[in-house]
Amino acid sequence: MTPSISDAFRRRADAGQSALVPYVTAGFPGPDDTLPVLHALAEAGADVVELGIPFSDPLADGPTIQRSSFRSLQAGTTVASVLEAVRDFRAQHDTPVVLFTYLNPALRYGMDRFLEDAAEAGAQGLLLTDLPTGADEELEERIAGSALDLIRLVAPTTPARRIAAVARGGRGFLYYISRTGVTGARAELSAHLADEVAVVKDAVDLPVAVGFGISTPEQARLVAEVADGVVVGSALVQALDEGGVEAAGAFVADLRAGMDG
Amino acid sequence: MSSPAAPPRFGAFGGRYVPETLIEALDELEAAYAAASEDPAFAEELNHLLKDYVGRPTPLYRARRLEEAVGHPGIWFKREDLNHTGAHKINNTLGQALLAQRMGKERIIAETGAGQHGVATATACALFGLDCVVYMGEEDVERQALNVYRMRLLGAEVRPVTSGTRTLKDATNEAIRDWVTNVDDTHYIIGSVVGPAPFPRMVRDYQSVIGREAREQILRVAGRLPAAVVACVGGGSNAMGIFHPFVDDRDVELVGVEAAGEGLDTGRHSASLTAGQPGVLHGSFSYLLQDGDGQVAPAHSVSAGLDYPGVGPEHSFLKDSGRATYASVTDEEALEAFHRCSRLEGIIPALETAHALAWIHREGAAWAERGPLLLCLSGRGDKDVTHVARVEGDAELGPGSP
Repeated sequence: MTPSISDAFRRRADAGQSALVPYVTAGFPGPDDTLPVLHALAEAGADVVELGIPFSDPLADGPTIQRSSFRSLQAGTTVASVLEAVRDFRAQHDTPVVLFTYLNPALRYGMDRFLEDAAEAGAQGLLLTDLPTGADEELEERIAGSALDLIRLVAPTTPARRIAAVARGGRGFLYYISRTGVTGARAELSAHLADEVAVVKDAVDLPVAVGFGISTPEQARLVAEVADGVVVGSALVQALDEGGVEAAGAFVADLRAGMDG
Repeated sequence: MSSPAAPPRFGAFGGRYVPETLIEALDELEAAYAAASEDPAFAEELNHLLKDYVGRPTPLYRARRLEEAVGHPGIWFKREDLNHTGAHKINNTLGQALLAQRMGKERIIAETGAGQHGVATATACALFGLDCVVYMGEEDVERQALNVYRMRLLGAEVRPVTSGTRTLKDATNEAIRDWVTNVDDTHYIIGSVVGPAPFPRMVRDYQSVIGREAREQILRVAGRLPAAVVACVGGGSNAMGIFHPFVDDRDVELVGVEAAGEGLDTGRHSASLTAGQPGVLHGSFSYLLQDGDGQVAPAHSVSAGLDYPGVGPEHSFLKDSGRATYASVTDEEALEAFHRCSRLEGIIPALETAHALAWIHREGAAWAERGPLLLCLSGRGDKDVTHVARVEGDAELGPGSP
């Protein structure tokens, strides 16, 4: 049986390590690449994979993921084709998958049907960048009541008093956005990251993974020292764009080595 | 502990579907807006600016030659084109810039389609000494070169947006991305009744001065309320501004006119309410042009200001509740109306406004017995002259493709 997202985090925690959570956009660089990319990530040491269902107006994303989403959509990626790739991946690997997307594609597909089909295809979690806690309680309860773990996000602008409330209904892990802004590689991490993560960990019972702007094995190591998980997206999508599946696998292996080094 | 509360909506529409990073800023904005709304000093300063800087109240003008051509005996224009900067947009930007100042924000960002909102924002920023960055789709930068130059004259930085369809939708994405990044010192002056709460309500409130004045004026000069209030709808701010004070007058019909572009059946249009389905874009749940997979469909209109696949959530509510009706006119009908109004009334209307005028031309005669028609003449058309000349293949001003 596929382990849950919390199992994957726990396994690393028991070994004194942090979990590595790579993000890729489905259908990128080519429409048939989703499955081979997922395999490469799993084999290179990903503990949980975030798989992006592309949206035409990714307003939380920086240029790299915008471009990958645009190209993926141009090549014909649909919600159904992404779920199909998850199903094929699940037949061979048990690495948990979190679907990462925006509300509208899921709403148009039909939220209840989406939740059922995604779970049935073998996804374990769902992250919706434009559904902050409290925005739509009815919808949030439907997701929280489904088989998928609802991944909640906390930002540096989230007031301390709101953190526990944000985590409410969240499962799997809590995603801490390392700095204000959109997704994308950054040269430096926030100087206050360790303190910020400590505040978040103190307020919630979930493992805390940090993402946004982490682009090198060295940065991954620094984040792994303070957080339960490290999310790497844009830099990986960039590697995938430049060097294909092989380069993406090698980059994830480097990140893992950096975190363990 | 404060539990995150769901923001007020318009029926099922509206909401706050944005990244977590913006929630605190929206809460702050909501609180600052509520406090300012109750502060007599704020109202006094805004009213003073609207009077002496913008030139309000704008006149209510009876368009007699148009009446004759249409076959309707009472057509009234609410002359928002006579505002400083040439459109209704300044009503909102002054209100929000004052609010930003009150909140201690020193940097302003905005999106713009036709450039009218960008110019109105740049103007308010010049007046208050605020830094101003305006995002504008690359395609619109080309269509509206005059307004780009105007914004730069006013000291704003215009950033062309090259992502997606390179129009208003993408400029809005980019403005939101900027806001997510610089939320500490930046206020986003959104240009229409769209976006996450509290923007749709706040922009409506600042634009409601149009309807409040017009209601009083038409009662005074025509001795009665209009049979219908007519306005063009892209995002829908001039329409909400003139509709809002009439919503409780149940006998007054509210008619919003969307851009049917090259025709509703061609798929090249911007008629979100007429031909879209509810969905989430730019932070709110509202009617939206989208494909079967929930991807936002590109909008089209000859008018850059209507070229937007979404619409303000309150319009969606007014549509579904039956309180307002929404019609559409094509590019061709709007261009005809643009010329007709210029020649009959000596008023060159904005291409956006020309859509509302085209509806009056098409439907006006059928309303002849029912009472006056009140039209929001939302902006002047100087900015569109070169574009129209190009579209119509004028040899001197701009041959070639639009």
